Amino acid sequence: MTVDFLFDSLVSLFPSWENTDPFLVISMLIPLVATFGFITVYALVVIYAELKVSSFIQDKVGPMGQGVGLHAGKWGLLQPIADALKLLSKEDIIPSSANKLLFILAPFMIFVGAFISFIALPFNGSIIVSDLNIGIFYILGVGSLAVIALILAGWSSNNKWSLYGGMRSAAQIISYEIPAGLSLIVVIMLAGSLNMQEIIIYQQGGISNWIIFDNPFMPIAFVVYFISALAETNRTPFDLPESESELVAGFVTEYSGMRYAFFFLSEYANMFVVSVVAVTGFLGGWQSPFSGSLDSPLMGVFWMLSKTAFLIFIMIWIRWTVPRLRVDQLMHLCWKVFLPIGLFNIFAVAIWTVLFG
Amino acid sequence: MADLVFWFIAIFTIASALVVVLNNQLLYSAVALLFTLFGVAALYIFLWADFIAGVQLIVYIGGILVLIIFGIMLTNRISSVRLSQTNVQQGIGGVVSIWLLILLSLIISKTPWLEKQSFEPVSTVHDIGILLLTKYLLPFEAVSLLLLGALIGAAVLSREGT
Repeated sequence: MTVDFLFDSLVSLFPSWENTDPFLVISMLIPLVATFGFITVYALVVIYAELKVSSFIQDKVGPMGQGVGLHAGKWGLLQPIADALKLLSKEDIIPSSANKLLFILAPFMIFVGAFISFIALPFNGSIIVSDLNIGIFYILGVGSLAVIALILAGWSSNNKWSLYGGMRSAAQIISYEIPAGLSLIVVIMLAGSLNMQEIIIYQQGGISNWIIFDNPFMPIAFVVYFISALAETNRTPFDLPESESELVAGFVTEYSGMRYAFFFLSEYANMFVVSVVAVTGFLGGWQSPFSGSLDSPLMGVFWMLSKTAFLIFIMIWIRWTVPRLRVDQLMHLCWKVFLPIGLFNIFAVAIWTVLFG
Repeated sequence: MADLVFWFIAIFTIASALVVVLNNQLLYSAVALLFTLFGVAALYIFLWADFIAGVQLIVYIGGILVLIIFGIMLTNRISSVRLSQTNVQQGIGGVVSIWLLILLSLIISKTPWLEKQSFEPVSTVHDIGILLLTKYLLPFEAVSLLLLGALIGAAVLSREGT
């Protein structure tokens, strides 16, 4: 664990200090600041990726630096920074009829919900802020904070579009938590642990040992989890809460500037969290796909991030290719398709494990 | 250090619980309840009960609190931001609360509590799972039957024309 490691190294660096409490505080603060920095840098990268991938899918070039001087840097590399500065310098509007306290609280709550999930994400065998016993369960649990934040954002704006957006997103996230949870139960059944690192260690020994190839039912579970995760992060084709053609912008209609940026940031942070959970649960986590080679700790970080980046790329790809679902189709897919498949999967994998496991 | 954190969480939990009870804006109470439930989850972690803390997050915050907020929002006064609550049964409520307080204090003072364990359990989830499917199988199944009954009942009640 990173916190213990930092604490021990601080204690050995300054052995003359009697009171170790400041060391504990520092060793807890460092990972938090690092996580915050990581989310910010990651958001800039993924915003650039989203701009470029969407442009290529629509057969255009996207942001480019043209002519003399720096417009958006080479290949538009400065575009996300320009976007961030634009959001920061925009006027911060609070509608006069809004409930000010909750209106201000909601963006922070949704960001905190995404932020504290990062604590349990493993980057390699030792880089994990806190190696919780209940890691995967914890991530599912703190995800529920987002639901409340979205409803509050929708309601406190005192705007009918925001309210509809908030209600839709709450219904959607609560519904899709169930198939996502059922798919992860199958993973937990195989690995026999809720701990993220133990689930990854279970998949040791190359690509054929990854949970997704463990038995014929696991690819189904992976697809169900991935689509449910898309729905939980409010990404197209499940972006009904903010569908601009009917609800202006859903629960973010009244938000501007910095507060809008927080919603944006948490959406991208949540994409990262669900992708890491999918990689951990199905694609071997930080393990190398080749048994016994390229599995140094540094390569572990590389494998983790590249697998995650691949899943995020698929999410962006889906967003710019698939049209949005209708509300009834959304609920039909969750309750009448994914739920029976998820329950069937649990039984099938249990029987498979008893017979061949 | 640990004591300091404990007192912080305890005061945080009690203060937000007081806001839940004393505030007269219904939605503020619901939001304050969120912080109370978070505080209780943090207290569970202090007792090494990490799994119970996770269940607290999923069931109470992700389920019951969302249900409460939905309930508030689906009332017909949803369009106004000023939803208020008032206590009409203060007398009876006070008597019941004081009686409950006395009862709980009696039970807390008479129960032989386990001494605080100085070591961290390796994994609580494993033992809970084994116990639920062996020693406590019957209560576990009874509770799931109850929940199934509630689910079917809700589905029947919400159907049109019945």
